Amino acid sequence: MSDRLKGIAAPVAIALVFFALWEAAVRGYAIPPYLLPGPVLILQTLWSDGPDLFGSLLVTLKTTLAALAAATILGLAIAVLLSQSRLVERSFYPYLVALQVTPIVSIAPLIIIWVKDDVFLALLICAWIVAFFPIVANTTLGLNSVDRDLGDLFRLYRATRWQRLAHLQMPTALPYFLAGLRISGGLALIGTVVAEFVAGTGGTETGLATRILELGFRLQIAKMFVALLLLSLTGIAIHAILGIFARYLLRDWHESARS
Amino acid sequence: MTALVATERLCKIFDGGTRALDAIDLAVEPGEFVSIVGPSGCGKSTLLRLIAGLSPASEGRIVWPGGAPGRGEIGFVFQDATLMPWATAFDNVWLPLHLGGRSRAESRAEIDQALKLVELDGFAASYPRALSGGMRMRVSIARALVTHPRILLLDEPFAALDEITRFRLNDDLLRLWRAQGWTVIFVTHSVFEAVYLSTRVVVMSPRPGRIVADVAVDLPQPRQPAMRTSAEFGAVARAVSDRLSVAMAA
Repeated sequence: MSDRLKGIAAPVAIALVFFALWEAAVRGYAIPPYLLPGPVLILQTLWSDGPDLFGSLLVTLKTTLAALAAATILGLAIAVLLSQSRLVERSFYPYLVALQVTPIVSIAPLIIIWVKDDVFLALLICAWIVAFFPIVANTTLGLNSVDRDLGDLFRLYRATRWQRLAHLQMPTALPYFLAGLRISGGLALIGTVVAEFVAGTGGTETGLATRILELGFRLQIAKMFVALLLLSLTGIAIHAILGIFARYLLRDWHESARS
Repeated sequence: MTALVATERLCKIFDGGTRALDAIDLAVEPGEFVSIVGPSGCGKSTLLRLIAGLSPASEGRIVWPGGAPGRGEIGFVFQDATLMPWATAFDNVWLPLHLGGRSRAESRAEIDQALKLVELDGFAASYPRALSGGMRMRVSIARALVTHPRILLLDEPFAALDEITRFRLNDDLLRLWRAQGWTVIFVTHSVFEAVYLSTRVVVMSPRPGRIVADVAVDLPQPRQPAMRTSAEFGAVARAVSDRLSVAMAA
């Protein structure tokens, strides 16, 4: 068996064993499905109720992707500003850290009150706050990690500030940014889910997290598991896609993208 | 003959108060190949950076009788190839022209010519990571000469390369120097490399760096690899070594 095949087969085998034990335990101890449904029941529910949840998944995904896009654009802009001078960086960085370490659950109610007319915007802001920091921190580090000799070379040829930024700092920061983007992708989903939990069922469009709360109240645990499964698959997909994107962009030159 | 560039009582004192260079008087004439040898930390790289304008002088001054050099009139080669890893060999050589506002298309002929001079015409589309250490250094040299600089400053460019590659690059550099009529200042810690390449070898003392000897190398041109083992070569190398030893012991 090739290494690649082993790399796929081994975790799949672990999953099969785990699900088999789970199913056996549920049946053997006759655990009621409103406490813990077995994998078979969850799979059946996925088939029957999946389409119903899929619409909610799209709502959550829309917020997540919008938040990630906002985190990317604003994160890059903030990183470029911070890299312009040490003083600017020192002045603003502590507040960005403060915004990052304050649990979003505690700020979300405020934001939802402030922008109560637009639930989507409220969720977007919450998810953005959770997601933007890795992009800012990583990109700032990258913009400040320019090779010294290359920096001298740019000075020798009298590069303008803009040329230095565009042709030296940005390419240097690209791998750092992409690593930050991958972390932010996961955080955008987490931020969206947390914000949906806090916002409750206020809006016309209902996200997957809101549905999970609702299903919990109704003890529809099997369907709740399906929603969870959809959420984690979404997270895995975002992580994988951003990984492929990073490898593609860095394929020609960066060690991290070596096959 | 008027100098292309001359330093007058040039001093460099770093922020911490370390005196790196002390009263350097060095005049380089057009067409000369001047090597600067000295122990590590003697300030020879600092001297090169001062001449390039990358670092300000603390005392004294640098005179360019033909007028201050403009953009691209100084070529600089660092100890490492210092290429942009995200750019192809072609785009790396393009950089000095690009920063001067010239498009890729406008620069194509010159870039191709520069790559041809360093015998890398087939590698324009290669990324640095696909090139060997010696080839990367050639790209670096092509980048330095693509603007047709008035002077070429090389800061221990071959120090990190193996001896076979270094010898080959030495000969290539000499061939280009003769053919193109460049003026070169070459910093090295190898006495043999300095004597083999140069028309003149300047010896520096340990910190604070001072010029302790200025030895003309009257070996015939063009230099041949066989010369490395000749008696005349040995005599000049010994003379330079002796001056270096005296400086080190002082």
